[in-house]
Amino acid sequence: MCAAFAVYSAVVYTSGTETPHLEPISEPARAGQQVFQEYNCIACHQFYGLGGYMGPDLTNVISKRGPIYARAFIASGSARMPNFKLSEPEISALIEYLTFVDGTGSYPPENYQVNWYGTVVQEDDPQ
Amino acid sequence: MNATTGNVIGIRFMRLGLLALAAGMLFGVIGGFQFLFPEFLQELLFTKTRPLHVSLVIAWIFLAAIGGIYFYLPRRCDLSLSWPSAATLHYWVFLVTGLVILACYVGGRFGGREYLEYPAVLSIPIFLSWIIFGLNYFRTVQKSREPWPVYFWMWGTGIVFFLITFTEAYLWLIPFFRDSMVREIIVQWKSYGALTGSWNMLVYGTAIFVASRISENPGVARSKLAYSLYFLGLFNLMFGWAHHTYLVPSATWIRTFAYAVSMTELLILGKILWDWRASLEEYQVHRYCNAYRFLFAADMWIFVNLILALIISVPAFNLVTHGTHITVAHAMGSTIGINTMILLASVFYVIREELPKSVHAGCSRYVAIGYRTTNISLAVFFAALVVAGLGKGFYDGESFQEMMQSIRPALLVFAVSGIALMVGLWVVIWHAFRLLGLVLSPEPVVGQASLQRDSA
Ligand code: HEC
Repeated sequence: MCAAFAVYSAVVYTSGTETPHLEPISEPARAGQQVFQEYNCIACHQFYGLGGYMGPDLTNVISKRGPIYARAFIASGSARMPNFKLSEPEISALIEYLTFVDGTGSYPPENYQVNWYGTVVQEDDPQ
Repeated sequence: MNATTGNVIGIRFMRLGLLALAAGMLFGVIGGFQFLFPEFLQELLFTKTRPLHVSLVIAWIFLAAIGGIYFYLPRRCDLSLSWPSAATLHYWVFLVTGLVILACYVGGRFGGREYLEYPAVLSIPIFLSWIIFGLNYFRTVQKSREPWPVYFWMWGTGIVFFLITFTEAYLWLIPFFRDSMVREIIVQWKSYGALTGSWNMLVYGTAIFVASRISENPGVARSKLAYSLYFLGLFNLMFGWAHHTYLVPSATWIRTFAYAVSMTELLILGKILWDWRASLEEYQVHRYCNAYRFLFAADMWIFVNLILALIISVPAFNLVTHGTHITVAHAMGSTIGINTMILLASVFYVIREELPKSVHAGCSRYVAIGYRTTNISLAVFFAALVVAGLGKGFYDGESFQEMMQSIRPALLVFAVSGIALMVGLWVVIWHAFRLLGLVLSPEPVVGQASLQRDSA
């Protein structure tokens, strides 16, 4: 069983999560990820529904609301979201990162099919 | 080094765990209210209260489970620790690293990964302390002349898989993993799924140990059924994690496979239903024993949680429940309802065995009140989260605020029952902490089989 686990893990790490249609993360987006982690945004937000539930999911915030809207939100906060007083480069990096995340898929899934035995096939799934 | 260092250190781990639980509940309650009133306690933002809560309660689970192992091996299994000073070292590494992590949270220095929200370098002492623990554990149980009871296997498996999955959780530091969002997030949640599986091995092993001792039936831990359930648990630990990531665009087979694996847990559900009558009868016999009572509560919560887990493991249902408070209900049901109840059973088992009845029976009434308050408020808390989750899952508008408004009543019930839950647990924790202190006390309590005296 342990050998099966090792093989399975290796396959998950490689072909199971292969996304040849996507570019790897860029340097500016990577910097944005760092900012996202430093301020622990995941305590309140989610990507693909994973994270804290105090704020909305951010997977597709760029395509749904636009970078200008996201920038304004991050720069000033709201009654419910704290203003972290981020610097201009930090905010730009965050927008780069959110744009990168946006390109990786859609959440909640938009085009999908439910099979009779309960599995779901999504349009975004790499074939 | 005296022969009982291992015993004493086990109790210290447990007491530290109880403190962590008490504090963790407080931050949970504060966080719950911040959910409703974001302006509440701005000095301690939700970015801080959430990791404080999560890390402290996870610390409780590990501390209490590890404490039990350090205590039971020498004291109840006749296997003195092969490396007693390493157990003390383990305790201090845990304590100091834990304090540094808490200070980082309060000071706003984050690693910012879900669950492991402290700066990544602090994982190094944690990892090393588990290596020490693992070496000590395996060298100790190796001395056993009999074939291992199932809980030895479970504890060992928990330790090994902790090391594997904790490492896996940091693979994102390598460019190959973090270059791809899909790969990063899938590997992250693969590791978290199995990490919880690893502590479940430690905790369920403890449950079987305590149950076999209370019922004075060692066969429980050596039966074919016990080993089969262990393998089923291990199988699920390894392959059943993907319900966290059904909605992340990865290869479809990953989720179909995990779905099939998760459904094998139906066997456990069937077993619980099958044993229903016998469990109730056993409850009648042992219900005056605090330890047994907590084990019984854990059984109930296993039943409720398993049903919820099976439902959310069906991808079609997961579509609705994912990213909602139903996930929180599942997490709270298993960490409080199952893990905490089992570990409290373990703590009260130690108390029952180490202190004279006249001492520990004296506070039984308070413990019983705390026990009831905890379980009833947990049931309300759990139900409120499920209702809030359904509200979020079925909301089909575009406005996050409108959705949050619609589930506000359920969140209010959740926050208020959270207070009751905290108070109920505090009552139990206070008595457990105090009684464990008596076990450690150099003044032998009348009639007590004192650890200190043994070491003289
Ligand atoms: C304390 C919780 C909290 C933290 C921490 C937090 N946010 Fe928010 N965020 C919110 C809430 C709540 C909203 C929705 C607010 C509203 O509608 O008024 C929100 C909204 C947003 C939005 C607009 C999303 C939309 O769909 O309308 C963006 C973008 C955003 N946050 C980015 C961030 C980033 C980046 C960080 C980290 C630097 C962050 N947030 C940290 C709570 C938080």
